[in-house]
Amino acid sequence: MIRKPPPGPLEYLRRWPMRLWLTAVGIFLYAPLIALMAFSFNDSRRNIVWKGFTLDYYDKLFHDSALLEAFANSLTIAAASTVLSVALGAMAALVLWRFRFPGKTALDGALALPIVVPEICMGVAMLVFFARVLPWPQDLPWPLNLGAIIIAHVSFSFPFVAVVVRARMASFNREMEEAARDLGAGEFRTIADVILPHMAPSLVAGALLAFTLSLDDFVITFFTAGPDTVTFPVKVYSMVRFSVTPEVNAASTVLIVLTVLLTAVALKLQGPSAATAGHGGEKP
Amino acid sequence: MSQAKPIITFENVTKRFGKLAAVDDVSLTVNEGEFFALLGPSGCGKTTLLRMLAGFEVPTEGRILIDGQDVSNTPPNKRPINMVFQSYAVFPHMTVADNVAYGLVVDKVAKAERDRRVEEALSLVQLDGLGGRKPDQLSGGQRQRVALARALVKRPRVLLLDEPLSALDAKLRAQMRTELCTLQEKVGITFIMVTHDQDEALALASRCAVMNKGVLQQVASPNDLYEFPSSRFVADFIGQVNLFEGVLAVDEQDHAVIRAPDLPVDLFLDHGVTGARGATLWAAIRPEKIELHKKTGETPPNLGDAPAGTNAVAGVIRHEAYLGGSSTYEVEIAGGRRIKVQRSNLTRWDQEDFALGETVWLCWHACSPAVLLS
Repeated sequence: MIRKPPPGPLEYLRRWPMRLWLTAVGIFLYAPLIALMAFSFNDSRRNIVWKGFTLDYYDKLFHDSALLEAFANSLTIAAASTVLSVALGAMAALVLWRFRFPGKTALDGALALPIVVPEICMGVAMLVFFARVLPWPQDLPWPLNLGAIIIAHVSFSFPFVAVVVRARMASFNREMEEAARDLGAGEFRTIADVILPHMAPSLVAGALLAFTLSLDDFVITFFTAGPDTVTFPVKVYSMVRFSVTPEVNAASTVLIVLTVLLTAVALKLQGPSAATAGHGGEKP
Repeated sequence: MSQAKPIITFENVTKRFGKLAAVDDVSLTVNEGEFFALLGPSGCGKTTLLRMLAGFEVPTEGRILIDGQDVSNTPPNKRPINMVFQSYAVFPHMTVADNVAYGLVVDKVAKAERDRRVEEALSLVQLDGLGGRKPDQLSGGQRQRVALARALVKRPRVLLLDEPLSALDAKLRAQMRTELCTLQEKVGITFIMVTHDQDEALALASRCAVMNKGVLQQVASPNDLYEFPSSRFVADFIGQVNLFEGVLAVDEQDHAVIRAPDLPVDLFLDHGVTGARGATLWAAIRPEKIELHKKTGETPPNLGDAPAGTNAVAGVIRHEAYLGGSSTYEVEIAGGRRIKVQRSNLTRWDQEDFALGETVWLCWHACSPAVLLS
């Protein structure tokens, strides 16, 4: 019998500590998710024993008007805040990348603040802000009544976009911009023809990030939402307060599938370079 | 060439970054149809000078004229000048043809004419049929050709090249050198090149400007630059050189003698020197202008144009490097000074094989040393 050669320096999967580690990661990361999804098909009110397959809870889900409304709110808020965050974030990144001006370091630091400030503090701050400083008018028609939440979401997600876009721009060859100018393009034409195409993957990545951040944000939304502006995570929380029913499982499953699909589509749209967005630039 | 017609003029141009003068009071004229090289060590201001010409930097003082018109404050997109960047800066998201066409699209040239000119430019740089490729499917040399075509397609008055050959491997570099020369003759456009590589400048340019620390040192043809350097910096920067500091002992109409403390013998020159008697000056002798002879006796060889006892010195070979076409030696003379000597390998079986540690005679013609006053 031929003995297997000892594992090579890069054959991590053939060493037992690595295998153990990988298994642990797999279990703790994915087992809860899979259990959650599996039990959404469980034919029982309680989430403990498997009683048989059913789609009842999905049926219920799609007829629960309160949950559907919350879901629609969430999608609307996510869409609006994504558009605003990408625009603001990209511009902030461009300013910080392109120009030198007094207070640049301060602005750079201030921009990272929403990323590091604990969410609960942001939530309380938003609550106080919209209650005292700038009360958002009540009783506005949908979707204007979501304004406060959208503003709150933009304020914590646009720094993420800025960070991603800036990282991408770091790999931009400034000579490319100069080449466009040299060949006769004005400033705006240069941005449209050379800078934006380079930035594009990071814009998509940033948009995805902003969308998912907004869609699943609970803490900040909880403090800014009113009785008429319940979002999906807030609604799920209120359902869980009574008991974790398979309905909650079903709702979560829908959300997971939706996010995964969106990500897959976005990656597909960008082609193979997307996976390395912000890490490479062009080949030498 | 008939009458030299100036196309670019720098008038007392200075560029300061903070306190540092990257370019210090440079006045320079480039004529129509020249292949001009800006040469100097890194940080000497040559790139800043080129960037001011392209319009990416504005001079702090002085003026830049193109065809007699002041363009000091004209933005880069309004200048009749195009540039080939060091990194080539080919747009990665466009095809080769789109890259080349970009300048024409921006200028709103009609589609039919655009296609024709793109075709023409691509064939000029021998990229026919590759118009549909993306830049990441091209080699480094091909990408440089795209950058060349993209700049030439706009038919600029002047083409700027920033370190055009620095990113290519040795073989390709030699090939591109010849091609750049041919290309320039074919299109007849004035080329201005920035380089830190003296071989490149000597091989390509019809005229070179040597810069150091922002100051223009000498503007001359490659031949004059090498054989008649104006200062120690130029002599040392262009090629290899043996520099001897000394004083002028004799200065007549038809000959002069320099006494250098490093040399045990006098340096005899077959021409007069316009310098003050007793003043410090420098004699520069190129390694290939020193002859190496076997030491067979105590009488030094005499090349016939200098009195006995001058222009010849004995030494010991301390270092040898075989370079194929030639060999270089370092010979230590009395007093410890080492002298660089280069010798062509004229035959395959060298009868006079010089070995390490051998004592030899070094001698040179009376016309070989270049006298430098600074």
